[in-house]
Amino acid sequence: MTREMTGAKMVVQALIDQGVDTVFGYPGGAVLPIYDEVFQQNAIRHILVRHEQGAVHAAEGYARSTGKPGVVLVTSGPGATNAVTGLTDALMDSIPIVVLTGQVPTFMIGSDAFQEADTVGITRPCTKHNWLVKDTERLSATIHEAFHVATSGRPGPVLIDIPKDVQFANGTYTQPSKTPVGHYQPQVKGDMETITELVAAIESAQRPIFYTGGGVINSGPGASQLLRELVDATGFPITSTLMGLGAYPASGKAWMGMLGMHGLYEANLAMHGCDLMINVGARFDDRITGRLDAFSPKSRKAHIDIDPSSINKVIHVDMPIVGDIGHVLEDVLKVWKARGRKVNSEGLTKWWRQIEQWKQVDCLKYTPSEGSIKPQHALSRLEALTKDRDRYICTEVGQHQMWAAQYLGFEDPNRWMTSGGLGTMGYGFPASVGVQVAHPDSLVINVAGEASWLMNMQEMGTAVQYRLPVKQFILNNERLGMVRQWQELLHGERYSHSWSEALPDFVKLAEAFGAKGILCKDPADLDDAIMEMLDHDGPVIFDCLVEKHENCFPMIPSGEPHNKMLLGEVSLKDAIGSKGAVLV
Amino acid sequence: MSALHIKKGSNKHSAYNLRPNFSDVTEKHTLAVLVDNEAGVLARVIGLFAGRGYNIESLTVAEVDHTGHLSRITIVTTGTPQVIEQIKAQLGRIVPVHEVHDLTVEGPFVERELALFKVEGHGEKRVEALRLADIFRANVVDSTLESFVFQLTGAPEKIDAFADLMRPLGLLEVARTGVAALSRGI
Repeated sequence: MTREMTGAKMVVQALIDQGVDTVFGYPGGAVLPIYDEVFQQNAIRHILVRHEQGAVHAAEGYARSTGKPGVVLVTSGPGATNAVTGLTDALMDSIPIVVLTGQVPTFMIGSDAFQEADTVGITRPCTKHNWLVKDTERLSATIHEAFHVATSGRPGPVLIDIPKDVQFANGTYTQPSKTPVGHYQPQVKGDMETITELVAAIESAQRPIFYTGGGVINSGPGASQLLRELVDATGFPITSTLMGLGAYPASGKAWMGMLGMHGLYEANLAMHGCDLMINVGARFDDRITGRLDAFSPKSRKAHIDIDPSSINKVIHVDMPIVGDIGHVLEDVLKVWKARGRKVNSEGLTKWWRQIEQWKQVDCLKYTPSEGSIKPQHALSRLEALTKDRDRYICTEVGQHQMWAAQYLGFEDPNRWMTSGGLGTMGYGFPASVGVQVAHPDSLVINVAGEASWLMNMQEMGTAVQYRLPVKQFILNNERLGMVRQWQELLHGERYSHSWSEALPDFVKLAEAFGAKGILCKDPADLDDAIMEMLDHDGPVIFDCLVEKHENCFPMIPSGEPHNKMLLGEVSLKDAIGSKGAVLV
Repeated sequence: MSALHIKKGSNKHSAYNLRPNFSDVTEKHTLAVLVDNEAGVLARVIGLFAGRGYNIESLTVAEVDHTGHLSRITIVTTGTPQVIEQIKAQLGRIVPVHEVHDLTVEGPFVERELALFKVEGHGEKRVEALRLADIFRANVVDSTLESFVFQLTGAPEKIDAFADLMRPLGLLEVARTGVAALSRGI
């Protein structure tokens, strides 16, 4: 069935046919025809954000928590440029996002028209792919193709730039099923020969480890299920990157906690000392590897990734498997079972004994305080009081993000939204808005630092307007905590511009937006205050005044390998050498 | 067989082929990239090289299939084997890219470049330029009483050699097309 309609109507029709129920956006001159169509229908809910960056992060939260692509609609020029940070964030973390931008009419492109920007030029390096549609006849097919590209292979953000005259003009609408998806068909099945080689390695490994990442989450709930089955059946220890938390449950008996720069002692030492590393959907990011020439020196490494460019990018691997995590894990399980479900039990027992010894170090211990709230304590209490609820956690970026990853437990995939690759301060609040829109009856908490939170605080308007009961749990140390920590370690305790002066009164700020504010500064009041936050049916800003100079440990200093972790406030002086100092 | 020739949608190719030998020696590779001839596709390829700090020694592009609207980009690049593997993988990731061929590892191939040389000269030098052009099988495509424009086709090394010879004879300008390359045989 094909139909004649305007480009603007086509946009809405294509979104409906793609199963979109929510669009995050902000109107402007160059998208008015589309907004006019949005006004005249009820199939798609439009959430009016307060800033285009917020729209993209909200769409990321929506996408990450549902597994469906997030959709954004913004205007030309500043609307598009404001979306750039969100696009880059989604590209780094492989989040499927479809962004529709208005553009000045085709006959004005290149004339420096009002609110004109070279949107496809600006967003080319920060999208998986983008299109400028100059002909209404091509519009619906392009939108369908965009959804295909955003969601297949390694997911990512795509952008469609639609000039205003293309929105006004008539064209023929084509259904998704009638649209050829093109040649873009990434490989999903892994090579069986390498999979068999991996199974043989699994059978004989003495000190194996699963190192999993965001790719497991992106592959869908089935992949997490298969991962759990494989881990539990083999009895191998498992650690995960920041992006992969929840794929394997934190309560699972093989779970070792997060690895990396602020990862757990046992996880990092196990990575360093293993003889078989099975990387499932992670990418050997520099936060994970530390010093490359000393990274896990004695292990054979397998790497399962849907993106061939991730293979051998930074770490040379022995068993590269290009394919979708779900498909590959299914084959690994099938082959392993067919060959008799063998593991090296003797080696494994010894390995676990070693890991238990490392665990005795208790790397997450901290010195509690009666006079002030330790951020670790605040998160431990938040965990205790919310872990049995239907809960989604977002974070901003910094110390609080690392503490949240360390002290909160994630039992399921798609429950943890954080900016990993780009490290975008200001991500968490709008992301929590997007998550709450997708899961109106669930508990959505954004663990934040006060500095990050202020970067997109305008979204309070969105939360209040749509009655989204998002809980903003701000660990307020009146510092840019992570910057301060690095200045302490690296720059002779010269705290250049890393404190937050002139902070707002967060309780009054909440009230000014028509929301609830809670201030807590006494550890004795903490539980009651958290319960008050949870019991309130509406958005809450929870201003938790915490210890100002707490550092985040464990920490692998820049330029050091995994076995050179700093565990606490001991001998921080000269912890980072001159080579490490140039790293970020 | 190429080191990285995973056709999109194919599951027959072994990822073993992705294994590079990690050597520090910089190699020169000629890549042939088949792309949809759509707006911005060249910017994507060049942006990839610029953004990730890869080298471009030569780049040529033209539509080679007018019905399928496919363009062939020939890129001569340098890097360690690991970098070359990354370049190919990153190119393969660009959505409008259909195929990436590393002609240097896929077997024998021919590469040719066309160049135009403007040489100014009088008397003996003018005669000598003409004589050398004859040896190189360069054609004279423009002539005045003081100058020639030679057209020369060949491998880049031949073009370089001819330019070296013309320089003392009054070379004014050179225009080169960059390398076009095809594998030998079928």
